[in-house]
Amino acid sequence: MRAVKIKKEHLNNFLESIKPFGELWGPVKKGDGHVLEKIEDFSRLDLTALRTKLPFKKLLLPPRFTMFTFKGRKADATFEDFPNRVIFGLHPCDIYALTIMDNFHNLHYPDPYYHERRKRTAIIGLSCIPDELCFCKSTNTHNVEKGFDLFFSDLEDFFLVWVGSSLGDDMIRACSEFVDENVGHDDLKKYIAWRKYRDAQFKTEMDLTGMPGIMELSYDSPIWEELGEKCLSCGACTIVCPTCTCFNVIDEVELGKLEGKRIRQWDSCLFTEYSMVAGGHNFREARAERLKLRFTHKLQAFVGKFGEPACVGCGRCIGTCPVDIDIRTVVAQLKGEEVSA
Amino acid sequence: MKASTQLKNPYTPEPMRLIRRYPLTDDVHFFQVRAVNMEKALSLNYLPGQFMMVSLCGIGEAPFSISSPPSRPGLLEFGIRRVGRVTNAIFKLKENSILGVRGPYGNGFPVEEMYGHDLVIVMGGLGAVPLRSLLLYALDNRDQFGKIYLLHGAKRPAEMLFLQEFLHMRNRDDLKCFLTVDQDDTGEWPCDTGVVTRLFQRLGEIDPENTYFAVCGPPVMYKFVVAEILKLNVPKHQILMTLERRMKCGVGKCGHCVIGGYIYTCLEGPVFSYWDVIHMKGLI
Repeated sequence: MRAVKIKKEHLNNFLESIKPFGELWGPVKKGDGHVLEKIEDFSRLDLTALRTKLPFKKLLLPPRFTMFTFKGRKADATFEDFPNRVIFGLHPCDIYALTIMDNFHNLHYPDPYYHERRKRTAIIGLSCIPDELCFCKSTNTHNVEKGFDLFFSDLEDFFLVWVGSSLGDDMIRACSEFVDENVGHDDLKKYIAWRKYRDAQFKTEMDLTGMPGIMELSYDSPIWEELGEKCLSCGACTIVCPTCTCFNVIDEVELGKLEGKRIRQWDSCLFTEYSMVAGGHNFREARAERLKLRFTHKLQAFVGKFGEPACVGCGRCIGTCPVDIDIRTVVAQLKGEEVSA
Repeated sequence: MKASTQLKNPYTPEPMRLIRRYPLTDDVHFFQVRAVNMEKALSLNYLPGQFMMVSLCGIGEAPFSISSPPSRPGLLEFGIRRVGRVTNAIFKLKENSILGVRGPYGNGFPVEEMYGHDLVIVMGGLGAVPLRSLLLYALDNRDQFGKIYLLHGAKRPAEMLFLQEFLHMRNRDDLKCFLTVDQDDTGEWPCDTGVVTRLFQRLGEIDPENTYFAVCGPPVMYKFVVAEILKLNVPKHQILMTLERRMKCGVGKCGHCVIGGYIYTCLEGPVFSYWDVIHMKGLI
């Protein structure tokens, strides 16, 4: 993959020059964390941000959107003109999650709502130093080779910029006066040193190999009951998860009229009615069953289907869970390891 | 990922006209629909066991098994129980109303693999709806199948779906049709009484290697019926059942129908074999 260099002092020049590629979105500080927002004033961009409260998925499949409108019984699914967007500052975990999303939404029946937004979205990744919630090294999602148009590796006074797509190359060409094409041995040394430093910062290491088999054998484990007792079924872990995609569909009509819209909105497998069918039979009435579904889906199911877990180690669910259910602890418990509560 | 073409939208329903409806029981009605567009009506192809998403804009959408056989193209038939918001609204529809329908979805029965085999269809309650499609398909292609048996159980005669249709089938010489009710509250029931598993005595000699079983009924039925079938030494992969789950999309995206964390009932089901049941947890 081609790599170039951009001096840090030229970051704003670069951002200015890629304006024609679409709205710029990136992490900004909000309250005690960061959120992904549209950026007009570059100074609002916070490059120290790790995980944004909600991941990029809010831009590709918003929490709530209109699938189509209808008049009487006639549906009209004309797509609005989605804006071109450039998301700056996605970290490797989120880029992995994005590739999982891409695969999932292209499978079987490609999802046009995802596709229409995705094809207008450019991704500029950014390297990061893990904090105590990050465990992407364990999920092997700490280095990315695909899924981005550009990827910025932060090497002190400059960014080593990896060009991952033809569109990324166009962006680089749009600001050629600030781009240094000469990437040499010293830069490689710096990059390797940075990686070593970054790898040493992980506070959590766990071995996820063989999880499908362990999950299979844990199907009747009392661990699920214990976790089910603790879990509040609030669904926060699924809302913040960059690979959670479940949704509900509801119709809304204008009072007294025959017009309305079909709405798609984020749903959670932890909600009580998630598996309930008409007539009231609930295939997952117990909270333990629903929690087990979530972990099975992340750690077993995806491995069988796509060869890798659907957990990218971003740490959002750990930081969000109001009762401290921690996927790292769950994995350790399932593997029969001692866990200090 | 860059592409300039816009994908076909799998979520938008096709307008279909309700051309005929009548009660099967108090709370289950028969609905016959046809795509408003004649070409689409005739080109709609499906397999027994597949389902459609039926939509009433403004009310909602839900999955329904197809009850008609694909061997009679042009029409789609459903047996719908009034049980929730969408079905309540469907029950208010008169002939010539327009519904939104999309599909077919799901795997359906592997009919071509079943060719050349004997077929035993075991249905209970609402399970008659999807299995009627398979039964009529097999009868429409009678020379493709060996012996055909129908075992059908309901609580009372008034609750047996397609009662007249099945009563007439008892007179056919190309299938053996056994009907039973838990309780005969009419005093005029001409067939068996007792639960559906009791009809297994009527099957006579079965050639297990050469027989497919298709089962559908309320969740509680599967355990008992499968136990009976296993006694006959029928191979696990030749015991087929079709299952119900909550679905909001039908196309493997919304997640609600997932079983065991990775099986999308709408894609890999709703027809599963007993082997699937053993090696995937949480199916029945």
